[in-house]
Amino acid sequence: MITIKNLHASIGDKEILRGIDLEIKAGEIHAIMGPNGSGKSTLASVLAGREDYEVTQGEVIFNGKNILEMSPEDRAREGLFLAFQYPVEIPGVSNINFLKTALNEIRAYHGQEEMPAKDFLALVKEKQKLVELDGKLANRSVNEGFSGGEKKRNEVFQMAMLNPKLAVLDETDSGLDIDALRIVATGVNALKSKENAFIVITHYQRLLDYIVPDFVHILYNGKIVKSGTKELALELEAKGYDEVKKQFENVTK
Amino acid sequence: MLAEKTNTAQLIIDKISATAGKVDFIDNDKLSKALMYLENKGIPSNKHEDYKYCNTDAVFKKEFKNIEQKLNTISDVKNYKLKDALTIVVVNGNYSESLSDKIILKGLHLTSFSSLDKEQKQKIGTLANVETDAFIALNTAFSGAGFYLKIADNEQLQIPIHILYVSSAGSEALVNPRNVIEIGKNAEATIIEEQICIGTEKVFTNFLSEKFVAENGKLKSYTFQNEGKNGFSVNTNQVSIERYAKYDNTTITLSGSLVRNNHNVVLAAQNCEAHLNGLFTTKDNQLVDNHTLMDHQMPNCESNELYKGIINDKSTGVFNGKIFVRKDAQKTNAYQSSKNILLSDDATINTKPQLEIYADDVKCSHGTSTGKIDEVAVFYLNARGIGRESANKLLLNAFAQEVIDKIEVDELKEKILTLFENEL
Repeated sequence: MITIKNLHASIGDKEILRGIDLEIKAGEIHAIMGPNGSGKSTLASVLAGREDYEVTQGEVIFNGKNILEMSPEDRAREGLFLAFQYPVEIPGVSNINFLKTALNEIRAYHGQEEMPAKDFLALVKEKQKLVELDGKLANRSVNEGFSGGEKKRNEVFQMAMLNPKLAVLDETDSGLDIDALRIVATGVNALKSKENAFIVITHYQRLLDYIVPDFVHILYNGKIVKSGTKELALELEAKGYDEVKKQFENVTK
Repeated sequence: MLAEKTNTAQLIIDKISATAGKVDFIDNDKLSKALMYLENKGIPSNKHEDYKYCNTDAVFKKEFKNIEQKLNTISDVKNYKLKDALTIVVVNGNYSESLSDKIILKGLHLTSFSSLDKEQKQKIGTLANVETDAFIALNTAFSGAGFYLKIADNEQLQIPIHILYVSSAGSEALVNPRNVIEIGKNAEATIIEEQICIGTEKVFTNFLSEKFVAENGKLKSYTFQNEGKNGFSVNTNQVSIERYAKYDNTTITLSGSLVRNNHNVVLAAQNCEAHLNGLFTTKDNQLVDNHTLMDHQMPNCESNELYKGIINDKSTGVFNGKIFVRKDAQKTNAYQSSKNILLSDDATINTKPQLEIYADDVKCSHGTSTGKIDEVAVFYLNARGIGRESANKLLLNAFAQEVIDKIEVDELKEKILTLFENEL
């Protein structure tokens, strides 16, 4: 599905990603964990195409195409989805109109006709249930006045609507109470299939009780310093990030 | 300097005098004062404080060197009609009875300027003082044969009146449409004034309207300006509202090479209320200049203004909003807000709130903001597969919505929304 090779990225003069290698196959869930400032969110932003970051080396092959050459919208149209750590409020643009535009631009990219209004509304209804999102929220302006939990549920709702091949969840668990966490996780698990894949970026092991990863990677100082199965997350939880820092400080410098 | 100014005015007078119709509905005293004012003061240049960003003298010198007044006749306006409205048509400043709908609404009286009675004639020019502005003077001296519209006391019109001002010429031309609109006591009306320019040549439209809203009367007024490249206009609305009256205007400007709006409202008695809203989009080298005046003369009145501009390319937008609270106007509530989005590095916006307050117990506030399109929001939309162009459209639509939502005539709202989206 996606192959990341020797990815380096900087913001200004500061190099944040310092050679990331990662391979993800369809049907897999990969968790990326790491202490604050290790580059987790940068990785998510670089994949989605945020212009603030400059890729200095490496490549990202997504379904056979090097997406680093693509605009953010084309990456999304190719099936990449970023669930934002901080979803953006857009006053005056209704959630529904926003999703209809997104869905139809993605369809147009693939040479498909616009989705009939009736089918679209049926899809909205179906996916709304998945994340227990109030119908009223769907009609409101994008994320405007939403609580933290509602924003994150709205991200998963959008993901469900757009049905991406690869979804990157950037600290979707941050700021969520246990109920919201369960709802978000249920949504993700319902969307999981043999055809798609997930990258779950998180600081804590907690989310991984609900979304069980096939692989766990530890990111530190812009590099993946350790990979393993879900047990690695538990070990990390028990020992804390200080252990990682001690062990890899010299390796990554 | 004075000689130069006078020059432009004199040239205009010379060029249009020969073909101008007789202005026998305005008394001679006002006519001669108008001509004198015009000759003395000239067409305003950017040296004039009120026309600092709108150098009309230069516009005449550059764009209207060859005014020949070859005015076109118009045989049909059906493409511009609204379905559920009564249409009144003015062509090149003159009321056209043949293109207008027959007036069969109870309580609605329309009189062409050629058939006014004495009382009506006396009302003309009472709000628009010829010695305050060169364009009022110019319009007065060469006024087109407009109309006097009166809504009788206690009548509430159920359908909107759509006044279509068409300008069209086969040479450079200057036209001076004018009207008087009077809303009687306890009367209510919705009036849409639309300005279009459909000829092959440039036309300068110097529009003037005097609007009276009597005690407890309500006027919902919409101004829709879409004149295209050939359209240049100065549009003056002189409004006076009485006790318990309410005046609402929403001005939408989508095109026109030069659009200068002077919207002056006198809140002349206690407990009345005025709202002015505006939305304009500019591109290329366009200039849209909204000048408003809320003149609070008496206590317990309220005024509200919201103007939004989307400025692109090398174009310029201006908002100058003056709130004048006179000594007697205690307990005034007056608010003003101007918000603008600049879409290009070469675009300019000049906004100036002007508060002159002589009463001590009032609530007045103003705010202005100017920014670029929110790139954080654009990225969020991009990340969902929405391209740059659609993202801009969604965000600009959202920005404009607050003003477009003020339009309560559905048909007009849809028409403007469609044209607005095409402009983006």
